[in-house]
Amino acid sequence: MLQKYAALRQAHAQLCEAAGDPFAVSFDRMLSPTEAMQGDRMVTLFGSNNYLGLTFDRDCVDAAAEAARAHGTGTTGSRIANGTYALHAALEAQVARFLGRRAAMVFTTGYQANLGALSALAGRDDDLLLDADGHASIYDGARLSAAQVTRFRHNDPDDLYRRLKLLAARPDRAAAGQQLIVVEGIYSMLGDLAPLREIAAVKRETGAWLLVDEAHSLGVLGERGRGLAELAGVEEDVDYVLGTFSKSLGSIGGFLAGNDPDFGLLRVTSRAYMFTASLPPSVVASVSRALDVLEARPGLRSALTRNAERLYGALSRLGFALGPMPSPIVSVRMPDPATASAFWNGLFGAGIYVNLALPPATPGSQSLLRTSVTAAHTASQVDRLVDAMAAIGQDLAVIPGGGIRQAAE
Amino acid sequence: MTSDDPIIERIASLARSMNGKQMNFEGDITADTDVVRDLKLDSLASMDFIMAVETEFDTLIPVDSMADIRTVGDLAALLRSQSAKAA
Repeated sequence: MLQKYAALRQAHAQLCEAAGDPFAVSFDRMLSPTEAMQGDRMVTLFGSNNYLGLTFDRDCVDAAAEAARAHGTGTTGSRIANGTYALHAALEAQVARFLGRRAAMVFTTGYQANLGALSALAGRDDDLLLDADGHASIYDGARLSAAQVTRFRHNDPDDLYRRLKLLAARPDRAAAGQQLIVVEGIYSMLGDLAPLREIAAVKRETGAWLLVDEAHSLGVLGERGRGLAELAGVEEDVDYVLGTFSKSLGSIGGFLAGNDPDFGLLRVTSRAYMFTASLPPSVVASVSRALDVLEARPGLRSALTRNAERLYGALSRLGFALGPMPSPIVSVRMPDPATASAFWNGLFGAGIYVNLALPPATPGSQSLLRTSVTAAHTASQVDRLVDAMAAIGQDLAVIPGGGIRQAAE
Repeated sequence: MTSDDPIIERIASLARSMNGKQMNFEGDITADTDVVRDLKLDSLASMDFIMAVETEFDTLIPVDSMADIRTVGDLAALLRSQSAKAA
């Protein structure tokens, strides 16, 4: 069965030859949002998406433990069977209220939220317009729908507009069909933001619908942490907000929110919602508490921004090629997969974990060292990453030599 | 060698312009060139290539029709049938 992956097996074996398998790292014990033990050595984590550092928040942990004791370890069923408890409905109301939407529904993972949302929203006569750098879950959700899928150039509202016009002009166009544009708040590989104001303008002009996946921007962007739509001031233009509980909220799960009076229909049309077990009570309780924390402590967002700017600025001064703008995701472009893998091994050997991102998982077939900071990182942890990257970057001739200390200031 | 077919020549020149960035193809691109196997495109790069073809020919290639496209010749035939429909 698996012969078809012969080329992949060879590439993977080559990657693992240098040291361990970068895609099978395992930690023995988590010490905090930013540190883990692997055997008897400590690893500092710079690739966790744990943006607000809430995984060890005392209140969230207590809420999870209490809920497990009170309601059991799992629901053992689907939301449309025995798997809806009062706390699921309460979390949905809380998410809707937080986002200022009429309704929200909760999925078991963020991946399933995209699968369930896109396949249920877009039908046979509809069109999905997906940003070229969209997450795999968006593309998989689109495949699961019967809609026609059109890809537009990454972060290019003009190209989106042109393609919408081409769709409108096509001779076999179904009269009843609708167009749904899908973009992300922060793109996961390069950490760049969508030009949402311009995309919203295209949406208004063409009469399309707009869904924004705020997976990496919820709790990160906007004065109240609602995401890019809040920051860009276009929440009214966004018909559907989608996101995950597994990043800034430190747990797992996904959601979809919107204002459509018939929103509830999605509960009986979305297969990824119906045909899976619902979130365990402990998870629902910690997510709910984390949302409270997110609202009560805006200082977490400023700490996160400070760390992001510190890291982006220092790496940029060192001469690394980075993503287009500072955000909690700071990706460093590597010249090729072999250098990327050697660099990753160097960092891991020095006790620093980042994400290694290789084609085909990356836009433009680039090789990336993807780092992400959290509100919980200290300035000296960030500086340690910068120093390690400077030393390894010079060894591997990714950046020119000299000026290390100065650049890390 | 270049193709006599202007559509295939435009596709070939697009493919060559992407060469080095995402493709590692040396040699002639003809109607028989296999888009995935010969141009050595991974899943994302082949979608990027199709998007570039869409831009070049100012058209859209539905994702469900991509299952029928194996060679550059298949792609040219699809583009030709689209422009016939639009005319």
